Amino acid sequence: MSIFIDDTTKLVVQGITGRDGSFHSKQMMEYGTHVVAGVTPGKGGQTFEGSVPIFDTVEEAVRETGANTSVIYVPPAFAADAMFEAADAGVDFIVCITEGVPVLDMTRVRPYVREKGARLLGPNCPGLLSPGKSKVGIIPGHITQPGNVGLVSRSGTLTYEVVFKLKQAGLGTTTCVGIGGDPINGTDFIDCLAAFEADPETRAIVMIGEIGGTDEQDAARYVKENLSKPVVGFIAGQTAPPGRRMGHAGAIISGSAGTAEEKMQAFRDNGIGVARRPLDVVGLIQEAL
Amino acid sequence: MNIHEYQAKELLVAQGIPVPMGEVATTPEEAEAIARRLGGEVVIKAQVHAGGRGKAGGVKLAKTPEEAKEKAAAILGMQIKGLTVQKVLIAPAEEIASEAYVGIILDRASKAPVWMVSAAGGIDIEEVAKETPEKITKLPVDPRYGFLPHQAYLLATRLYDDAKQQRQAAQILQQLYRAFVENGASLAEINPMITTPAGEVKAIDAKFNIDDNELFRKPAVEALRDESSEAPAEVLAREAGLTFIKLDGDVGCVVNGAGLAMATMDLVKYYGGEPANFLDIGGSSNPEKVVNALKIITSDPNVKVILFNIFGGITRTDDVANGIVTAIRQSPLEIPIVIRLTGTNEEIAVKILADAGFTALTDMDEAVEKAVSLAKGAANS
Repeated sequence: MSIFIDDTTKLVVQGITGRDGSFHSKQMMEYGTHVVAGVTPGKGGQTFEGSVPIFDTVEEAVRETGANTSVIYVPPAFAADAMFEAADAGVDFIVCITEGVPVLDMTRVRPYVREKGARLLGPNCPGLLSPGKSKVGIIPGHITQPGNVGLVSRSGTLTYEVVFKLKQAGLGTTTCVGIGGDPINGTDFIDCLAAFEADPETRAIVMIGEIGGTDEQDAARYVKENLSKPVVGFIAGQTAPPGRRMGHAGAIISGSAGTAEEKMQAFRDNGIGVARRPLDVVGLIQEAL
Repeated sequence: MNIHEYQAKELLVAQGIPVPMGEVATTPEEAEAIARRLGGEVVIKAQVHAGGRGKAGGVKLAKTPEEAKEKAAAILGMQIKGLTVQKVLIAPAEEIASEAYVGIILDRASKAPVWMVSAAGGIDIEEVAKETPEKITKLPVDPRYGFLPHQAYLLATRLYDDAKQQRQAAQILQQLYRAFVENGASLAEINPMITTPAGEVKAIDAKFNIDDNELFRKPAVEALRDESSEAPAEVLAREAGLTFIKLDGDVGCVVNGAGLAMATMDLVKYYGGEPANFLDIGGSSNPEKVVNALKIITSDPNVKVILFNIFGGITRTDDVANGIVTAIRQSPLEIPIVIRLTGTNEEIAVKILADAGFTALTDMDEAVEKAVSLAKGAANS
């Protein structure tokens, strides 16, 4: 099993003819993801890589191909409307890779998507990958392998680092989810933890957080109250100074809140194993299994 | 992005909020002339992107133009939290009957803009929130419908008992909300919002933080950026499409991705070193970015060793290797470099580096440990 995507995922790519969209669509197709449609306004009727039909609108793409998941690679100025459009078209799951979406746009997109009954992952995220089944987004396929660890992270390349170290140690993942580094996003740690708890194949969970906000602290309490499976955590930004935004829009220590120490303490207080280095995740997971 | 107090006040004035505005001076003589024009007592306020200006001595009262000149001379050039004061705001000193706090922030937890108002203003609101949270009223706004008139009135009634002041405050709150949305702010606050002995409600100090993601569609707000108040290396980095933050250590870090960059800094510390910076070269890796990254890192005289930590996903490690080789050909390095590359096109990258005489490591811990020991060796020699 896996969470959110598997071999029944039928994907429509919004922005399939763009630079990033076309590159990653090819990568996803090579990995085995069922890319059933692309959308680029004005290019309806053409095909991508000789096999994937391109439509002008997501509505048409869904109607013609039965796509149930959408991935968005459009520039930030168009990202909010792309998310609204995907929700209106009735897809179940929307993954927005785009970095740099204004936060105020997300305050409108998030409730809209929920009211339409869809799940949103991102924006500003690497997407997700269920090894051997489906990949939606930009996570490199070769660094993962199937297994029974669920992984959820706010980061991109740091996730790759951890999932690759797991693979080198012979451990694989059910699904590897990047929720993104923005302050307001569609899917949070708790959504993923709940899904991993419900997934019979996932036996242990890795949670990778970073400085800023209280999502990790909330997630830690959720773990103690609701999860039966062991959880291991890592927090990036232990050496970050307060008041400076560390790249991600959400990664900022405001006043005394949102420090790595505060988050690691919340992990410890709620029975989550704390890895001091990315490498230590491997040992803690081996113990947990 | 941060903007100065005087710029924030201009955003308020543009909405019609009553602000005793004053003018900005860059020399003591200008300060004197402004004080003479304003007449009466003035307040001289350092314009820097740092909190705690008052405590640092960056806010002073002056009764006469001559005194304004003297006080401005003391504040200009002052260092506040490592930033040099280059501008002062000269504003009329107001008689104050009461001070309140009003602010709106894009709140992660509520996933919405949230108002915070308190009749206990003029001081650190975080302190109030911690010590006496019951003195703060919070109200989330549904941005799809906007900030509703009755909500503004409700908040105003929490601040004032007088009906006229409640009406004035409700109007100011709505104007502040418009300024918040129109300028793409992540935070907009008036602290203090005062009443005068005559009963007028006015904004005396204002602070805006702008959501960087809004700047592409708000050129007028982008134009408020004051590069002279930022670290030169950070300006250079932004122009090169890099995210750079200077720190105090001696291990210069070049990493792809913000999370991995933070984790790399942490690992430097774990192995007993101190990171010199946060530097994220971002997702797509053209060699030019790497050249610029190296220029920025080597311009810091504290840096004793350079550490590359690249996990190739979208970033192609061969692009990074080419960037390193190009940069070093342009200006040879005087300090050691440790390169860790893994992921996309790793074999090609290792060959490019080997041909240029460099050894690439594949393990993050090994690379960080080596960089830290080289930095310590350089410090001891």
